[in-house]
Amino acid sequence: MKLSLGPILYYWPRQVVMDYYEKMASTAVDIIYLGETVCSKRREMRLHDWLELADHLTKQGKQVVLSSMTLLEAESELKSLRRICDNGDYLVEANDMSAIQILAERQLPFVAGPFINLYNSPALKVLVEQQMRRWVMPVELSRLALQAIHRGTEEMDIRHRFETEVFAYGRLPLAYSARCFTARAYGLAKDDCNLICLQHPQGMNVKSQDQQEVFTLNGIQTQSAALYDLREEMSEMKHEGVDVVRLSPTLEGMVEVIQAYDDARHGRAIEAVRAEGQCNGYWHQGCGMDHQSSDDLKAD
Amino acid sequence: MTMMELVCPAGNYPSLKAAVDNGADAVYLGFKNETNARNFSGLNFRDRKLEQSLTYARDHQVKVFIAINTYPQAERWQLWRDSIDMANALNVNAVIVADIGLMEYATQNYPELPLHLSVQASATNHESLRFYQQHFNIRRAVVPRVLSLSQVQNLVQHSPVDLEVFAFGSLCIMSEGRCHLSSYVTGESPNMCGVCSPARAVTWQHSGEVLETRLNNVLIDRFERGENAGYPTLCKGRFEVNERLSHVLEEPTSLNTMDLIPQLAASGIKALKIEGRQRSPAYVAQVVSVWRQALDAYYRAPADFRVDGVWKQTLKNVSEGSQTTLGAYSRPWQ
Repeated sequence: MKLSLGPILYYWPRQVVMDYYEKMASTAVDIIYLGETVCSKRREMRLHDWLELADHLTKQGKQVVLSSMTLLEAESELKSLRRICDNGDYLVEANDMSAIQILAERQLPFVAGPFINLYNSPALKVLVEQQMRRWVMPVELSRLALQAIHRGTEEMDIRHRFETEVFAYGRLPLAYSARCFTARAYGLAKDDCNLICLQHPQGMNVKSQDQQEVFTLNGIQTQSAALYDLREEMSEMKHEGVDVVRLSPTLEGMVEVIQAYDDARHGRAIEAVRAEGQCNGYWHQGCGMDHQSSDDLKAD
Repeated sequence: MTMMELVCPAGNYPSLKAAVDNGADAVYLGFKNETNARNFSGLNFRDRKLEQSLTYARDHQVKVFIAINTYPQAERWQLWRDSIDMANALNVNAVIVADIGLMEYATQNYPELPLHLSVQASATNHESLRFYQQHFNIRRAVVPRVLSLSQVQNLVQHSPVDLEVFAFGSLCIMSEGRCHLSSYVTGESPNMCGVCSPARAVTWQHSGEVLETRLNNVLIDRFERGENAGYPTLCKGRFEVNERLSHVLEEPTSLNTMDLIPQLAASGIKALKIEGRQRSPAYVAQVVSVWRQALDAYYRAPADFRVDGVWKQTLKNVSEGSQTTLGAYSRPWQ
């Protein structure tokens, strides 16, 4: 199984981003997704910055994929999207059907990101025929759903034509809105947000009135509060034929996370995940926020 | 000028009748299972009631759209496929769909069956619409409730298909089809199961003077005596951010675009959708009746159109939290 580093979902200063990837270049990840997927106002990194970084990381032996925006409303956003699609060198991760349309028109291969709604094998087949090379399973799907999807694509004899990637680590991207919740939390209008997201490199915590952590605000994106972590499920993912395991960037501790996943994929012993603040429910066909410890799993 | 079509919700036979009797041009409904995005107990249609409903609508020259707009679960694909077969056999005016696998199936097997792109497909721009039009020949798309009025106007200019917008009803603030909040907390989502914040996960609990609403044990809100306690939909809960308590995502409020009828008509929008298959027949009757009056008044004398105070009050009274908003169309938060 390959390890991928997903696109950075938060808004970090340019230098932080550059330093971060310099560190990531020497980790065990095989694939790195680069680009802004959440908000078109986040412009610390421009396309040419991402492309320079892409060249640099490619030279270091990483496969680079350019990720594109998820919610596109304005003509200017479509224009930026076309520039990404026309980059000439790198595979593109489509996070909206508009990207797939643009790439398909140019007969270019693509990765379907986690917010392209692929829930069954006939849907996958439609995109395989448009040169989809890899798909990232929607985060709410379970191991059982993946089994059924893979079975379906085997029956249609298309399983060999695409790779399956599973979002395995990080705060789960759960929803997108036109509205910016970080700006709202500060009482700011979206157009005058002062790029407030820069102050929240890991998002803003949302708690219930009895102090349970529920969500994380990240601009127009809402994430889980808990960290999704499937490191203990690596052997199950391997068994299901998962080709790529996606780790979503966090500012702190990412090198250690990658090390743990690298150990797990090579069958080396890893430390158990702390249950507190962690979740793995979606993979086990439960509520996303649930956590099943490996002891619970053995008891099943 | 072609009149914008008034597309109305029918959760059961009495609601369908109420919609038809009060001036719907079209009704939309779902089968009694998770193939549609209002899969609530006690709602939706099958067998004899379905036939009876179709007959009633047709006898009154009202179109029927069937919503098969959830994403087929891989292990139960057959259920969704059968629903398309059934909709085709029923000879309905259109099927409202979101899943590309299902669209492919419909296109291959029933090329004459008109497809409308569901709001659940989250097509917010003309390149996306072009994809669905080129591959599946969709005739119409329902526009997500995230676009501003000027974005909607721009979309009509560039869209390869007719567009339908939400006119009135509950407000999803998330991009529809791209929200997993419900499955994160309850295990069931709009995309897979056709439910959001499902009733089976809800508890209402008095704690002294305070009423607490919970969803799968997560505290969504607390109401003091006398406060209007709303259904615990996740995105409308009161939570803490930076130690401040507020409706972090959205206040409980309903969408009402009646003021925008002239702009929507002028922009070339083909249809207006009333949300609310989960609402009562009385609600459907009131809302449809008021909207019929408003549209008729507009088309009688477009230049003189103004929203009547009685219409406004009627809509306000039936709205969530007795509040209405223009939502993303006006974007007060922009």
